[in-house]
Amino acid sequence: MKIDSGTTAWMLTATALVLLMTPGLAFFYGGMTRAKSVLNMMMMSFVSIITVTIAWVIYGHSLTFTDNGSELVNKFVGGFSALGLQSLVETATKDDGTGMPSLVFSAFQLTFAIITVALISGAIADRAKFGAWVLFSAVWVTIVYFPVAHWVWGNGWLFNLGIEDFAGGTVVHINAGAAALALALVLGKRAGWRKEPMRPHNLTLVLLGAGLLWFGWFGFNAGSELAVDGTAGLAFMNTQIATAVAAGAWLVVEKLRDGHATSLGVASGAVAGLVAITPACGFVDPWAAMVIGLLAGAICAYAVGLKYKLGYDDSLDVVGVHLVGGVIGAVSLGFLAAYPFLDQQSTGLFYGGGLKQLGLQVLGPVAVGAYSFILTWIIAKIIDKVMGFRIGAEEEITGVDITSHAETGYDLGTIHSSGVAAVNGPVPAPASKKVDA
Amino acid sequence: MRLITAIIKPFKLDDVKAALEQFGIKGMTVSEASGYGRQRGHTEVYRGAEYQVDLVPKVRVEVLAEEEDADDVIDVIVKAAQTGKIGDGKVWSVPVETVIRVRTGERGPEAL
Repeated sequence: MKIDSGTTAWMLTATALVLLMTPGLAFFYGGMTRAKSVLNMMMMSFVSIITVTIAWVIYGHSLTFTDNGSELVNKFVGGFSALGLQSLVETATKDDGTGMPSLVFSAFQLTFAIITVALISGAIADRAKFGAWVLFSAVWVTIVYFPVAHWVWGNGWLFNLGIEDFAGGTVVHINAGAAALALALVLGKRAGWRKEPMRPHNLTLVLLGAGLLWFGWFGFNAGSELAVDGTAGLAFMNTQIATAVAAGAWLVVEKLRDGHATSLGVASGAVAGLVAITPACGFVDPWAAMVIGLLAGAICAYAVGLKYKLGYDDSLDVVGVHLVGGVIGAVSLGFLAAYPFLDQQSTGLFYGGGLKQLGLQVLGPVAVGAYSFILTWIIAKIIDKVMGFRIGAEEEITGVDITSHAETGYDLGTIHSSGVAAVNGPVPAPASKKVDA
Repeated sequence: MRLITAIIKPFKLDDVKAALEQFGIKGMTVSEASGYGRQRGHTEVYRGAEYQVDLVPKVRVEVLAEEEDADDVIDVIVKAAQTGKIGDGKVWSVPVETVIRVRTGERGPEAL
């Protein structure tokens, strides 16, 4: 197959859709923090775009998607034949059977690495040193994400065993969720956690973010087919089905349990559904997508309460939504997978595939979750020892926006905005100081 | 002169304003306030976590009135702001030494 214009045009579009999810996530997370830390929260997502892009170009694509000489090493990490993406430029228009230039495939995969890192930041709202997060994002994507993506989507050990992960339930969501748990434990609770209210300061931003995530996720899931065909259509439709059902399920749980259906609930339920259908979207029938959505919405609505019982401050529920939702989606394939497409993959238990696939769908999350949790813990501990991962107590109470970024998210009052204009800023200096004018 | 301060339910502001205007009061200061009295706060639930919010939104109305009108003004406000339910608010008055209109420099009752 030569370059296929339909495939290439769709993959370029899907790549842009997935990239938009990270700013969408910034809104989703940003609205959930208190007003004093909205900018820091959003900056953690935006800066992930920078660090991960640089790491991807220099060595990330290579470590994820190329083979190295050793069969043993190749099970766990890729090689160095695409450093700097240079070799992809040379082969970009060759016929490699994908129907698209290699750099289009690379750009698409890059956007997945970016959002995986950004997802983790929800666990450490209000209290992380910005510089420490920048360093963490680069180190984590290198040591955790690139190898795990190679395990599942490169030519790694889980790929060859036949794990089914259509668009990243294990690579993206379980991976990020386990890392978030480790990071929340290393950094500790926010000052005043469970003693003072930490309400979302702007639920309209949360809904905007959820909408952008939902939109971009069609590129994430349907794009992961890497082609324009029936499976892409199936993945697209299943994404819509599971998301709508999960959002509805979360609302029903809230209405029955708390008495009110909330906007935060509909946004959270939609994201839980998107997470859970991610690994399954191209493998299951529409009825199964409804089941997965129902399970994800209802179970995650309860899972977000775990942190209060167990006592960890996963501030924006990365564990309750992404780890739990990811596991629901991954394990569900052991029962519901109907359309495996690689020789080493099988149908699920309900489709006559026996227990083999179910075993793999449990093994994958356990292996990736454990690897991510342990490595994240070690990386975060080292960064904490070397430069400190957490801001000081006074800075935290004042607000990380003003203390780390010298900005505030909102300027709504006239009293607060009064003051002396900066002499060296764009505002003209007071007349008395204009000596030469 | 007296300064009458009323803390009322936000949805009663229009009624109070209309009643004061009808009485002949020509100006007032209105600001948003937060607080609680006997009704305490309310509960909000986010992702299943309950928050007890102590402070309830209220509106503060401030009116300056001449000594002989003050008690009538207070009655007008109380009547207009009353729903009979808990959380209706409070009204109080304090003596004012002097009042000056900034534009003209007028003092005392002329400045009202």
